[in-house]
Amino acid sequence: MNSIEIERYELTEPPRYRFDVGRRDFVRILTVMGSGLLVIASSRIGEAQESGRGAQQAVSDDVSAWIHVDEQGRVTGYTGKTEIGQNIRTSLAQAIADELHVPLDRVSLIMADTDLVPFDQGTFGSLSTPRMAPQLARAAAGAREMLIDRAAAEWKLDRASLKVNAGRVVGDGRSSSFGDLVKGRKLAGVLPANAPVATRPQWSVRGTAPRKVNGRDFVTGAHKYTPDITRPGMLFGRVLRPDGYTGTLATLDDARARAMPGVIVVRDGNFAGVVAPTERAARRAAAAITAEWQVPLNLPSSANLFAHLKQTETNAGGRGSAPVVVGDVAGAASQAARTFQASYRIPYIAHVPLEPRCAVAEWTDGKVTVWTGTQRPFGVRTEIAEAFRLPPERVRVIVPDTGSAYGGKHSGEYAIEAARLAKAAGKPVKLIWTRAEEFSFGYFRPAGLIDVKASVDASKRIIAWEFDNWNSGPSAIRTPYDIPAQRIQFHPSDSPLRQGSYRGLAATANHYVREMHMDAVARGLSVDAVDFRLNHLKDERMRAVLLAAAKHIGWPKPSMDGRALGIACGTEKGSYIATAAEVSRTPNGFVVNRLVVAFECGAIVNPDGLQNQVEGAVVQGLGGALFEAVEFGNGRIVNGSMEQYRVPRFKDVPPIEVVLLDRKDLPSAGAGETPIVCVAPAIGSAVRAFGEVATELPVRLA
Amino acid sequence: MATFALRVNGRTHQVDGEPGDSLLSVLRYELGLTGSKFGCGEGYCGACSVLLDNQIARACVTRLAAAAGKNIDTIDALASGDRLHPVQQAFLEAEAFQCGYCTPGMVMATVSLLRTNPNPTDNDIAKVMDRNVCRCGTYPRIVRAVKLAAERVRRSGSAEVAR
Repeated sequence: MNSIEIERYELTEPPRYRFDVGRRDFVRILTVMGSGLLVIASSRIGEAQESGRGAQQAVSDDVSAWIHVDEQGRVTGYTGKTEIGQNIRTSLAQAIADELHVPLDRVSLIMADTDLVPFDQGTFGSLSTPRMAPQLARAAAGAREMLIDRAAAEWKLDRASLKVNAGRVVGDGRSSSFGDLVKGRKLAGVLPANAPVATRPQWSVRGTAPRKVNGRDFVTGAHKYTPDITRPGMLFGRVLRPDGYTGTLATLDDARARAMPGVIVVRDGNFAGVVAPTERAARRAAAAITAEWQVPLNLPSSANLFAHLKQTETNAGGRGSAPVVVGDVAGAASQAARTFQASYRIPYIAHVPLEPRCAVAEWTDGKVTVWTGTQRPFGVRTEIAEAFRLPPERVRVIVPDTGSAYGGKHSGEYAIEAARLAKAAGKPVKLIWTRAEEFSFGYFRPAGLIDVKASVDASKRIIAWEFDNWNSGPSAIRTPYDIPAQRIQFHPSDSPLRQGSYRGLAATANHYVREMHMDAVARGLSVDAVDFRLNHLKDERMRAVLLAAAKHIGWPKPSMDGRALGIACGTEKGSYIATAAEVSRTPNGFVVNRLVVAFECGAIVNPDGLQNQVEGAVVQGLGGALFEAVEFGNGRIVNGSMEQYRVPRFKDVPPIEVVLLDRKDLPSAGAGETPIVCVAPAIGSAVRAFGEVATELPVRLA
Repeated sequence: MATFALRVNGRTHQVDGEPGDSLLSVLRYELGLTGSKFGCGEGYCGACSVLLDNQIARACVTRLAAAAGKNIDTIDALASGDRLHPVQQAFLEAEAFQCGYCTPGMVMATVSLLRTNPNPTDNDIAKVMDRNVCRCGTYPRIVRAVKLAAERVRRSGSAEVAR
């Protein structure tokens, strides 16, 4: 697989904890799991054996998975990945069932419980399918081979005469269930990362579309998200906050709150919060406290954001990168017949996961257990351990399947807050952020300023491409187009608002600008926008999605008079996307009538799950394309509520037609993010039929 | 403080509180009915949708005083034992969810919609359900699930959706 650039905003300190696969660990794991067969697949083992690479590098890439087969023949996969709506509890189980030749309902997954699963750096970067699924498959395949070995030894038969089928080893007239083969034993095996796994032609469970494994719990309301977790004696917490998104606690008058029955007020440095017997009482107690906060003066605002980003360019912390330079940009530009220049502005946008940040914390004998919705269970464990000066093994983080995240749940502050309150109360405490806290104290997708310049020769080919991105990030910053001279650079800046990961990261901003500019140049040269791209594209996978989207939407002719088409294409995280939009003019601007998405991510694991992810990413992309932008000033978020910050709703969604290209010959790439990146430029280019489009997202006529 | 009689899923509970206390807070954290979700607390996302005397309501912004004396139906009691309500069954079959956090509210909104409009068009659905947010963007599937449920209910007679 090609290496994938991890967004700088996603990098955190290297985890302190390393899972060493030693004899002691096998004993520990088998003690937890009981008798049966355990197989561990770890990239660390493979790397150590292959090249003896340094431990540090191995830790950051570590991908480990365990498979256990118990005496009843039940199969359990253990992974540090989290289920946040992307459906990996189902798709990862498919990989295991496939390799072990057991029905899907015999497989279950233990996910994201730091006491029970191997280390994982987090669920982001669309890596679960390309990296974790093969690792679980590898462990499952190892288990299958060990079960065959076990049967061959027991029956004194050549293993080549045996095979597995429906949870049994069979052959030469003998048959035994997996459960019977492991009964009363503790068997263990370790596999390196390079152990072979089945490829697409051998799949039978992967490549199909079973329903979500625990779907019933979601339609009945029975599934317990973190806000639904209850512990014996549990109390409810609330944190005191400044009015805006920043401030230092100056004074606190808590006399009224302390007089309320069962209320505890906690103050520790800049942290203040309350604990009360009910959620209603916690709300009341927090409201009864008068706190004064010192707020810095002259904070940047939406109005001067982009000037601020350009003025505060910094390479602090080494986040910046050297420019990508290809060929002789100055030389090529000097020979240009025409040049096209533009400057685009990308606002901050919010994740707005429907499940707010939430944690339930419980201390027992100096050890803290925290249930919380996060994409980084081990990262949050490290944060809690540091905050309370505990060794990591005294912190357990458990992530219930979570009410979405979209890159917004990488940090552990709410888990730490709940743990701090629980420590003071001496009882378990649940803390659920309000929607207002979500907007002011979570983080946003970075805003950015992007300058772009294309130099074109007399034969209408781009000969030089210059691209500078301030602050929004380097994901997908390079151009996939065949251009002989390029200079491309990401410039980190001082962000006035807290910013971090988001579905697709900066790939959305970089694709918006690149594709809008390709469109502008094509228009300027009077070349068809699809032909213009094809003239600059060698990558067959990119050409295939572009042609598929164009064909499906009927390019270049819209379906009726008065409508216009736009198109964009791109690649990120190993998958390829092209999006086409049909729009029409209205008295208020424009409306999107139809979207076509052609997507290719290698071999498809779960076609219905993939379709669902593609549609969802496109709908989320509509928000950033059509109306989402965080407004701020005087230290406050101006539109920090669901009422004011509009996210896509039923009425906003046009018919979305998804064309999936199944490349059975290619490894599966992740798919949850990339389909978001071309929504805005497809719409933006279509709207250009009606007039000039503003250079700031969301898309609107200038 | 006053005492309010809340009739939830056919059972009456006496709850002490202020008239302005949130119904959702009582349902979720005191009566243990966690099927209705807290999403925004503003009445703008619909994750907490319940039925108040058969009318759809946002429990998060419904005051205790307004809920007292009314029949409150929540997702927790929508299925009859192991048998799913046809709307739940349709959502399950259409896989009309990703993270599922909006699903209870969507299901309740659909139950309410089908009671007044047994044969909704795509536009009817978008119009009536526009106050329910699915941040994962599964709207096209939800529309399919609503239509599938409507078809089933029409075929089996309208009795079932009225529970």
